[in-house]
Amino acid sequence: MTKRGILMKNRLVQILNKYSLYLVLVLLVLFFSIATEGFFTVPNAMSMLTSWSIKGLIALGVGMVIISRGIDLSSGSVVALASVVAASFAQNPEVSKFGMPPVFVAVVLASLVGVVIGACNGAFVAYTKIPPFIATLGAMTVARGLALMYTKGFPVSQLREDFMILGRAMVGPVPLLAIYFLVAAGAVWVILNHTAFGKNIYAIGGNENAARVSGVSVELNLVAVYTIAAFLAAFGGMLMAARTAAGNATYGNMYELDAIAAVTVGGISHSGGLGTVSGMVAGIMILAVVENGLILLGVSPYLQQVVKGCIIVGAVIYDMSKHKRR
Amino acid sequence: MSDYTLEVENLSKAFPGVQALDGVSLRVRPGHVHAVMGENGAGKSTLMKCLLGLYRPDSGRILFKGEELRIPHPSVALAKGIAMIHQELNPVAERPVMENIWLGRFPRRRFGPLSFVDAEAMHVRTRAIFEDLELNLDPRERAGNLTVAKMQMMEIAKAVSYNSELLIMDEPTSSLTETEIAQLFKIIRRLRSQGVAIIYISHKMEEIFRICDEVTVLRDGKFVGERDVASLTIEELIRMMVGRELTSLFPKQDVPLGDVRLRVEGLSSPGAFENVTFDLRRGEILGFAGLVGAGRTELMETLFGLRPISSGRVLIDGGEIRIRSPRDAKRAGLAFLTEDRRSTGIIGVGSVTDNTIIANLLSYVKKPLRLLDFARIRTDTREYNERLRTRTPSYETRIQNLSGGNQQKVLVARWLLTRPDILILDEPTRGIDVGAKAEIHAIISELAAEGNSILLVSSELPEILGMSDRIVVMHEGRQTAILERKDASQELVMKYATAV
Repeated sequence: MTKRGILMKNRLVQILNKYSLYLVLVLLVLFFSIATEGFFTVPNAMSMLTSWSIKGLIALGVGMVIISRGIDLSSGSVVALASVVAASFAQNPEVSKFGMPPVFVAVVLASLVGVVIGACNGAFVAYTKIPPFIATLGAMTVARGLALMYTKGFPVSQLREDFMILGRAMVGPVPLLAIYFLVAAGAVWVILNHTAFGKNIYAIGGNENAARVSGVSVELNLVAVYTIAAFLAAFGGMLMAARTAAGNATYGNMYELDAIAAVTVGGISHSGGLGTVSGMVAGIMILAVVENGLILLGVSPYLQQVVKGCIIVGAVIYDMSKHKRR
Repeated sequence: MSDYTLEVENLSKAFPGVQALDGVSLRVRPGHVHAVMGENGAGKSTLMKCLLGLYRPDSGRILFKGEELRIPHPSVALAKGIAMIHQELNPVAERPVMENIWLGRFPRRRFGPLSFVDAEAMHVRTRAIFEDLELNLDPRERAGNLTVAKMQMMEIAKAVSYNSELLIMDEPTSSLTETEIAQLFKIIRRLRSQGVAIIYISHKMEEIFRICDEVTVLRDGKFVGERDVASLTIEELIRMMVGRELTSLFPKQDVPLGDVRLRVEGLSSPGAFENVTFDLRRGEILGFAGLVGAGRTELMETLFGLRPISSGRVLIDGGEIRIRSPRDAKRAGLAFLTEDRRSTGIIGVGSVTDNTIIANLLSYVKKPLRLLDFARIRTDTREYNERLRTRTPSYETRIQNLSGGNQQKVLVARWLLTRPDILILDEPTRGIDVGAKAEIHAIISELAAEGNSILLVSSELPEILGMSDRIVVMHEGRQTAILERKDASQELVMKYATAV
């Protein structure tokens, strides 16, 4: 091949590599639209959005944590704890606590659950230097335990209408849940691309020592990123209680792994310092489409798990092969 | 049988967007030390990686002892008799020295169908190699405990242990002291007399003329020429490498010195250095000379808030200040270009832009939403990198794809952006080619002329002597002398640095 030809081919490969994720998403949508009856319909799209919005919220936070070269395993348990806390303050009939509307109290306290757990995660990672895997594994176990203690294992049900609407309302055909997710994705995009904090997170993930020498307050930034992640998870837990009309200590089981899987498929590197919000969103959508499409195809739930696992590993192998220079 | 151990013919290799090698040739005779020279980005590393089977060339041939060689994997290169001492050391830190040396080919002992690592044999063989090379190393020492210099010696012993016919040395002296370099050269001369062909890569001119027989020069991925070192002058060699005349390697300007900017009194840090005292004036370049382990880097880290102070005072413009973190140091007007570009300098996966602005981010925060002002980020990145003549395909390129010299310029830009009064430059030209080196020296001199004060740490004596107004000499954590520019000589500095 001529030199010019080689350069053209390189250019094409570069472009394909850059957009491969979105290409895969489009191909999947096309495939399932053709292969199944009900996939390409508004109700199905809305049901997909509803079932993945909460995991999506979690994934956005976990994605930021992974960019800082960490990991957060506690999100699923935070969902559970926040759901039961929120539900317990939004029960019907319930007198208003602290002289404030019960819905407001429920939302604030659920969020606070996330902020406290996240700040603890961040502080352990930043100041004791224990690996993030261990710190958040501990938090995962503790938060689940607290949720069980708080409810003695029973669901917290009979919630107020005005609370449940938070998770059930529709804006036209679009569920409110999806709007929370889109707003959060926009906010995370702004944070990562347009704030000093976002740049610091990329720098810490890319080379913590270089960031420190450059005067970046590594510890405070880490506390902040874990706090944001757990806050998003807690908010998701509160929404889950609202949508299902109950808080439950068993909620959110394995959500953290789905979230990690989604952003990993979306090209967030576990070596830190790399990843985009559009990648995260595409990763989330790919897993949502595959799950939903396989159900519609009538594939057994067991096989679905197998497929999902293969997609996660395959995505990372492909992603890494793109960056190999040989 | 060929006259050459290695013949590379017309080798080419392209990466997306870069023609890294373009028809390069190289011929190395047995029993000769062959230097490969060229600026960073000239293609030396790519060529070596092709020889080791880390990259596959697009076209061209590699002949080893007259036979065409295909090297799909590094293990094939080793098996054929090609070994390399890498510039960047990657020891298995938690394992002993001897396991590092025999990794991948441990001596075995059989018990019927089972096979075990024979630690005793490994120890004996390692000792034999060390004695042979006259290295003072304990085979059972944990590799991570070694100093960088000793790690380098371990790598050299490892490469020798393969009994290779072609040995590639990439900057083998970058962290060695004068005595250790002499020892390395003794080893090289012995290998040469045994008929081993050696490819020697270094940016230190003086070493090329001391140890090498021939030199092949590359520039921008192309073959420039092959010469006998004996018939070549330094000037000619430099001209071949950069393709232009270099006016001066040490363009130090005479600058009138101003008031005392920084005063350090009796500064100590536990286990690193003690009782260091000096003044730094406006416009002054104060050099720090010493051997590896003299405590110079530790002193700079302490000034920048990365290490605790156990006693002593730091005064800036006459007022005592306390620096507990790099943030404090930046606020006090200090900037710190660290010695180890990879581990504390660049953010490899980050873009040139990200790397330029990271120390100065807060100044780009715009009210009222506290978002970053990208228009100013772009102008500043462009302005400072153009001023430093950083060569990069774009400002969005990942910094890890630039050559060492260009990475260093981006880091200098990073610190200049913080508008510092006092710049700490720790080995600013380590591992940088001669062209970029002269440019960085010119920048340092310019900065001093503009009234900045500079602390310059360097292990290269000519650099220290050529650039400094005064020189602080250190030996094992103690300050042994402060020499004026006019009094300083290599001999005198070495005398204080070795404290004889």
